[in-house]
Amino acid sequence: MNATLATARRVLQQLSHDHRSVAIIVVLPSILLVVFRYVYNDNDQIFDRVGPQMLGIFPFIVMFLVTSVTMVRERTSGTLERLLTTPLKRGELIGGYAIAFALAALVQSLVSSAVAIWGLDLGVKSAWVVVLFAVVDALLGTALGLFFSAFARTEFQAVQFMPAVVIPQLLLCGLLAPRDQMAEALQWAAYAMPLTWATEAFTEALTTTGLNDIMWRNLAILVAFVVVSIAGASLTLRRKTP
Amino acid sequence: MLNNAIEIRGLRVVRGGNIVLPGLDLQINAGVVTGLLGPSGCGKTTLIRCLAGVQEIEAGQVTVLGEAAGTARNRGRVAYVTQSSSVYPDLTVRQNLDYFAALHGASREAIEQSIADVGLQDKADHLTGNLSGGQRSRVSLAAALLADPELLLLDEPTVGLDPVLRRDLWNLFKNLAEQGRTLMVSSHVMDEASRCDQVLLMRDGHILVQASPDELLATTGADDMEGAFLRIAEGEEAA
Repeated sequence: MNATLATARRVLQQLSHDHRSVAIIVVLPSILLVVFRYVYNDNDQIFDRVGPQMLGIFPFIVMFLVTSVTMVRERTSGTLERLLTTPLKRGELIGGYAIAFALAALVQSLVSSAVAIWGLDLGVKSAWVVVLFAVVDALLGTALGLFFSAFARTEFQAVQFMPAVVIPQLLLCGLLAPRDQMAEALQWAAYAMPLTWATEAFTEALTTTGLNDIMWRNLAILVAFVVVSIAGASLTLRRKTP
Repeated sequence: MLNNAIEIRGLRVVRGGNIVLPGLDLQINAGVVTGLLGPSGCGKTTLIRCLAGVQEIEAGQVTVLGEAAGTARNRGRVAYVTQSSSVYPDLTVRQNLDYFAALHGASREAIEQSIADVGLQDKADHLTGNLSGGQRSRVSLAAALLADPELLLLDEPTVGLDPVLRRDLWNLFKNLAEQGRTLMVSSHVMDEASRCDQVLLMRDGHILVQASPDELLATTGADDMEGAFLRIAEGEEAA
């Protein structure tokens, strides 16, 4: 078996021994969506307008947390240093992580999308488009988690990166208020944040069957963010340390 | 066959503003078990990290198996077992070894052999995190053995093991050396020196002596390794 797939299998085996985390990954976004739906009990238009974006945001947050904590644990336990003394290449290690968590994200997105679309009657034109962007969002969370974990020394610090990385994006992505109503500086900042492009794609999914030009473009932008974060993450893995 | 498995010249390492290795020279032949002994904090782990190629060095040359330490080729030929067990506590013993075997392209038989070598047959399907400290460090050792390395760097591998197991491991190390492999084993227990082909006594980043255990006892006139170390250290201070 090649080293990338072996790494992915190892990460999934670790996850499979941790039943509570599996439950959190698979079920938590769906529960939050149900709560969200009934917060606006008398007004299902709001859920219809904002629900699809939520489908993308929950996997983004959960995967960011899971990945950054796992990676910090790998660093502090000495296993990372050990791996770097084996023939394993840095790209193979990061790639293995990305594949493992992308699979977890796929399961999560299928479950939460099914709950939202069939359980909560969320009105979207193409269900597969919503799943696609939810998976890309989860992958984005994984990629950013891999990258930002390099700057955390402890798991405690890694958890605190979550509000630092996620909340600005939540505020600016256009979910709470339309972007063109924000101060101009914030509008520019929003362009630099991946969640902005994801949110826009989900908004398009409300009225479009399949993928339109905006969604293709945003998909490309999101994939670029993933690739750059993963490349950045593998650069942070130094074989020699002081 | 290379004469020198390890060749170090003028190795200088500074960590956190402290000079850990001020300028170290060392040559180690292939196919021998070398005991690296000295008190805690004398630079044993730093020296081993240099050989593994994971330590940033300030000056000097570290040549391992004819190449610079830590090259891609050497990562396939050198196995490094850290002092704290660096395996995954949330995997079973066999899952851990499966993973490291995949990284080294090792076979199924190599996995079973390494489990047997460290005496963990009855724990193979236990979660590594549920094992005792000594058992965990044996899992860590097994993960290095299955890589079929030419040079094994073992940082305090026998800490916390019962005497029978310790003897078995030292016999295993001897067998590995007879197959032509080179082993560097650190310990702060001086008595373990008598089991090595040669001993390096280390103190404050310097190598005080490189000799066989018998030579060491003969030249110092001490009864045991502890005594030999004391005499050499005292001689050093007097000089």
